[in-house]
Amino acid sequence: MIAAIAFYLFAAVLIASAVMVVTSRNPVHSVLFLILAFFNAAALFLLAGAEFLAMILVIVYVGAVAVLFLFVVMMLDVDFSAVREGFQRYAPIGGAVGLVLFAELIFVFGSWTFADDAAGLRLNPMMPGADNTREIGRILYTDYVWLFQLSGLILLVAMIGAIVLTLRNKPVAKRQDIGKQVSRMGSVNLRQVRSGAGLAELGIERPPVDAPPAPKQVEHHGGGHH
Amino acid sequence: MYVGAIFFPLLGACIAGFFGRWLGDKVSQWVTVAFMAIAAVCGSLAFIDVALGSAPGIVPLFTFIDVGGFEVEWALRYDTLSVVMVAMVTFISTLIHLYSVGYMSHDATIPRFFAYLSLFTFMMLMLVTADNLVQLFFGWEGVGLASYLLIGYWYEKESANRAAMKAFIVNRVGDVFFMLGLALTYWTFASVEFETIFAGVEAARTTTFLGLPALEVIALLLFLGACGKSAQIGLHTWLPDAMEGPTPVSALIHAATMVTAGVFLMCRMSPVLEYAPTTLTIITIVGATTAIFAATIGCVQNDIKRIIAYSTCSQLGYMFFAVGVGAYQAAMFHLFTHAFFKALLFLGAGSVIHAMSDEQDIRRMGGIWKKIPLTYALMWIGSLALAGVPYFAGYYSKDMVLEVAYAAHSNAGMYAFAMGLLAAFLTAFYSWRLIILTFHGAPRADHHTMEHVHESPWTMMVPLLALAAGAVVTGAVFFELFVGHDQAAFWNGAIFTSAANQILEHAHHVPEWVPLAPTVVGLTGIALAYLMYMFAPKLPVMLANALPGVHRFLLNKWYFDELYDAIFVRPTQYLARALWKTGDMRLIDGMPNGAAAAAVSVAGGAVRLQSGRVASYAFTMIIGLVLFVTLLLVGMPSR
Amino acid sequence: MLAIGLSHYLTVGAILFVLGILGIFLNRKNIIVILMSVELILLSVNLNLVAFSAQLGDLTGQIFAMLILTVAAAEAAIGLAIVVIHFRNRGTIEVDDVSTLRG
Repeated sequence: MIAAIAFYLFAAVLIASAVMVVTSRNPVHSVLFLILAFFNAAALFLLAGAEFLAMILVIVYVGAVAVLFLFVVMMLDVDFSAVREGFQRYAPIGGAVGLVLFAELIFVFGSWTFADDAAGLRLNPMMPGADNTREIGRILYTDYVWLFQLSGLILLVAMIGAIVLTLRNKPVAKRQDIGKQVSRMGSVNLRQVRSGAGLAELGIERPPVDAPPAPKQVEHHGGGHH
Repeated sequence: MYVGAIFFPLLGACIAGFFGRWLGDKVSQWVTVAFMAIAAVCGSLAFIDVALGSAPGIVPLFTFIDVGGFEVEWALRYDTLSVVMVAMVTFISTLIHLYSVGYMSHDATIPRFFAYLSLFTFMMLMLVTADNLVQLFFGWEGVGLASYLLIGYWYEKESANRAAMKAFIVNRVGDVFFMLGLALTYWTFASVEFETIFAGVEAARTTTFLGLPALEVIALLLFLGACGKSAQIGLHTWLPDAMEGPTPVSALIHAATMVTAGVFLMCRMSPVLEYAPTTLTIITIVGATTAIFAATIGCVQNDIKRIIAYSTCSQLGYMFFAVGVGAYQAAMFHLFTHAFFKALLFLGAGSVIHAMSDEQDIRRMGGIWKKIPLTYALMWIGSLALAGVPYFAGYYSKDMVLEVAYAAHSNAGMYAFAMGLLAAFLTAFYSWRLIILTFHGAPRADHHTMEHVHESPWTMMVPLLALAAGAVVTGAVFFELFVGHDQAAFWNGAIFTSAANQILEHAHHVPEWVPLAPTVVGLTGIALAYLMYMFAPKLPVMLANALPGVHRFLLNKWYFDELYDAIFVRPTQYLARALWKTGDMRLIDGMPNGAAAAAVSVAGGAVRLQSGRVASYAFTMIIGLVLFVTLLLVGMPSR
Repeated sequence: MLAIGLSHYLTVGAILFVLGILGIFLNRKNIIVILMSVELILLSVNLNLVAFSAQLGDLTGQIFAMLILTVAAAEAAIGLAIVVIHFRNRGTIEVDDVSTLRG
């Protein structure tokens, strides 16, 4: 009974906050509602007995993704009123499409049953009494280790990608190029100077100017047969 | 040896054709001549082995076609019939190669010419040694192609191009019938191998096709195919025009080899023809008509090569009516001897043309016999052989052909005999007309040309001498083997004659005046020619003026070209023009053009879909997803 | 086992999913909210996976939910990075203005 009430409560809040994500005028509010939705989804996961996933959801989504969204929304100086223009224009199409999809999904749920031998077809049946996190860890690091590594690789690629995309080289930025420094010859001269000699006496020391490149020699082959 | 006789020419053709540019004229022409000579040696050895030693055989090479139940082997069939052809073709081809060395010495693209010549020889050999009809057809088309290339060898000349195309197209008409015959053969015998066909003939006698006996239809179709190749009346029009090619080509293709392919085919299919009496009658009549028809035209032509070309046409008629009365041996014999003396005549004519600085019109020759006595003598030998004067090659074979025609004792046979006799008279007449107008009388060529008249180089004279020897002796030497008492042992089953067919036997027992008649009419023809052109040169002109209709009729070759022009060419042109204007430009061009225009307009519409707006893409994607899910749901079988 | 019926979870997931879709349509100009909507959609998928996992007593679903979580985090990071540079270049985050894809 308690579980049922909790489920309906969380589900209702989840859907309401999802609606707000989609419809709210201010993207900052959208992000905040998204965080709320994630919390409620995590609660639904908990009710379903997926404790580990619920915690991951909170940490990954709320702690990383949603905050990332928040950063971006607040960092970019976006004129959201302009973005809101034409909000209603595609609403009917979107509504129709969503309705059709929803009807179909419900239709599928309604007319659908488990196969008789569904229980026998399970790949990783839950041990009664074993806790969720331990079980997931057991199969994640054995049977699904390659997938686990692969997802790590995906995250690595995503990280490199994000860095590459956002990294920029401003031409004005001062950087130290060691190779350039080492190979610089002739531009700095050491000279024994008589003490007390002024600039008027020594003259201004200027770096030598590179000779202009020699005109390119046209290569001639043998007799000129082609 | 057997394989070498066939493939050495191909090797020579490939070397001269593909590497001629690097090898140079001299090397490539002598390479082809050398390979041809080797092939001729192989061919002669094969002749001795197979024909004289009675050892026929089949040399399998590889599988040509293997689709489903239809399998065609690539094999060389060496029996007497084919080995006679192989020996003759390689021998004459070698001589003609040698002759060409001299004749074509001033040409610009000598390697090309020799490559074509060798290629042609290879195709002809492929034809005669074929083990099945498909392989024969390969050679058949191959010689057609090679003759096209050779007739149109001087492609700068428009007339040569036209002649080449004409030869090719008229041959295609015959080839259609050949292909139909081929298809019907397969339908009837379920095979195209000669062995299977010949073995199945007896069983196929009752088979009918569209209510007609299948064997008759096959024989008729193959005969019509042979008509195209062998220039029988109706499909002969290409042969005189083919004289546009260089003279060695005329000698090789249009005297000795390709035109005889039809006769060869008839002889090869003798087991089928034996059971097609109606077709045989048709062949007899067509052959006899061709003989007389071509001979009449030959009497009034003025181009030295065209006269000989019509003569060839006429002699092919002889061969065909010999086939028609069932004397395949006699046909082959005439083919064999004819190859020698006709090649001799052509090459001799080439020598004359060479001497006369490329003049071909006999009205502008004359009075040169003292300047080129050797050529003159050789032309005499050739003409004597052609006219059937005793003890020359033509005497034996032509007499034999006429005897079998008489001995057939049928209406068609008698018709053939009468026409053949008349044609023999005309043959002698026009041969001497040619000789007299060319060599005797007052010189009609201009002074400049006459100064340059000279004997040809040795490369041209040696082949002429060899052929002259052939024209003299082949008849006497091979008479007994081909059609005499040794013929059964010689042919060794290569030519099939049914038990009822004893025509050769009958031919030896005809009344005494029959063998004498050709000689008599031949000598009469010669005498008449002397009378008309030597002693009373006014007479022909008077005759032509007295009978203008006949003269014009003959001069215009019985109006065959005009007839074909009116019946086939013009309607085809109109049809082609109509098809071009409406069918091609409107419909066929319209389709791709319309499709292109439609594609442009569709693309013009589609390009607006690509707005570049990410949101639209996202929407499209989602709507597509929804549609997809809907489709899945609707299409899902309800449980 | 679930304390509440599976269909309840699924319904909540469906509603969440549809709201995510709707969000994409409604905020077609605001790429940040579109990204948040995508997060909602992924969350609804996770919800479904977890619900089935709990219903069947099969942990595989939770493993997959975790993987989706990872991918979603990566996607959000990359997406936001793109938004940042896009804003830096164009001075706006309106997706409607992005039509360089038009070629």
